[in-house]
Amino acid sequence: MRFVDEFRDPALAKTLVTEIEAISARLERGRDRPFAIMEVCGGHTHAIFRYGLEGLLPDLVEFVHGPGCPVCVLPMGRVDDCVAIAERDEVIFATFGDAMRVPGSKKSLLQAKAEGADVRMVYSPLDALTLAKRNPGRQVVFFGLGFETTMPSTALTVLRAAREGVQNFSLFCNHITIIPTLRALLSQADFGIDGFIGPGHVSMVIGTEPYRFIADEFAKPLVVAGFEPIDLLQSLLMVLRQIEAGEARIENQYARVVPTQGNPAALKAVHEVYEPRPTFEWRGLGSIAGSGVCLRAPYAAFDAEKRFSVPDVKVADPAQCRCGAVLTGAAKPWACPEFGTGCTPETPLGALMVSSEGACAAYYQYGGLRGEAA
Amino acid sequence: MCLGIPGRIVAVADEEAMLCVVDVSGVRRTVDVVCVATPDAPLDTLVGRWVLVHVGFAMSVIDEDEAAATLKVLTEIGEAAAEMEALASGSLDPLATPAA
Repeated sequence: MRFVDEFRDPALAKTLVTEIEAISARLERGRDRPFAIMEVCGGHTHAIFRYGLEGLLPDLVEFVHGPGCPVCVLPMGRVDDCVAIAERDEVIFATFGDAMRVPGSKKSLLQAKAEGADVRMVYSPLDALTLAKRNPGRQVVFFGLGFETTMPSTALTVLRAAREGVQNFSLFCNHITIIPTLRALLSQADFGIDGFIGPGHVSMVIGTEPYRFIADEFAKPLVVAGFEPIDLLQSLLMVLRQIEAGEARIENQYARVVPTQGNPAALKAVHEVYEPRPTFEWRGLGSIAGSGVCLRAPYAAFDAEKRFSVPDVKVADPAQCRCGAVLTGAAKPWACPEFGTGCTPETPLGALMVSSEGACAAYYQYGGLRGEAA
Repeated sequence: MCLGIPGRIVAVADEEAMLCVVDVSGVRRTVDVVCVATPDAPLDTLVGRWVLVHVGFAMSVIDEDEAAATLKVLTEIGEAAAEMEALASGSLDPLATPAA
């Protein structure tokens, strides 16, 4: 427990770890594999590694790092589409910084920028709208990506653009939703996850009710968690307590930020602007029905896919990469033949190595305590 | 991008456009407050409140202790610096200058 003393409340952290150890000891009998608890959110993955939480856990409990890093699940074909739009003379392509280095099949947005494309890193979609107003002779395209956490920001920006009559602004919408994704994961025959640490800020927007099917239909516990080490340990303990009691419920450890009903104003904007796509492709996971959204018909004028022709070509991930197996928890990052050799944070092959929230980048940077990979 | 950062609302920038000025560790910028505003209440009721800011949008009202704890976590996991840098330099907001 060498890191515990650094936590906000070291005594509480020690109590939680002791409790987790005690439950683990009681559950150990007759168990031939560890309890696999998936944290869905990339921010949680990052925090787990930074605080060395894996090293505090008994052997019978392990974190599995789920697909909740939006940059990491972006397929190569969509990056190629971004590059194609960005390379048009009339376009200013605005994006969050996180997306700049994600590899496409030929280049990343950063490489396209180096070759002369007008790619601008912005902090907010509102900044892209400001760019459009300041450059009336250009087409400003914002690259919208992320789960429900960032979806309200782009929806509200589109609504603002419509209200203000800004005609040279559009959104290249690559938003994805968490619920169909979790359902697809749970429906896999060999999905060996025993419980979930639910995402904090996605839940701040959608609330806790949409997770109910995980308990009702799949009999798995889910606890929505905050980002402090104490939050994560407490949430893990709550999941394990449910497992021990043979229960499956949705609980909310992060109630100080996550209301049961989510954020009504954010949800209203999201539902006003977006509708589900029939299917959306994920890097490493293939296509998942209903997991992506696009702009509804009344906002089609702001849809970059309608304004510009995009190649929309599916590009297979590099054959040797094991991103999909890592994303679903079927393989640890160090089991990939490219990990740390062909694929590093400086020269990523797969997107899990790009973002600090990706499982591979986290293992590379902090070292998997059990894989000893770094 | 997904973790956001706590800031304190210090002024109303544009009542009709639902914009307020937020101070995030000394960096100020305007943020959209649609998601935290009480319907039909004037925005100045938000001044002084702490909010969690995600990519230019206030998404949740939090208390001061929560804000301090969140900033500490973000600093420790190395996300605060990146978020502050994006907020200050990636922004075109004329108000995004260090507070005096």
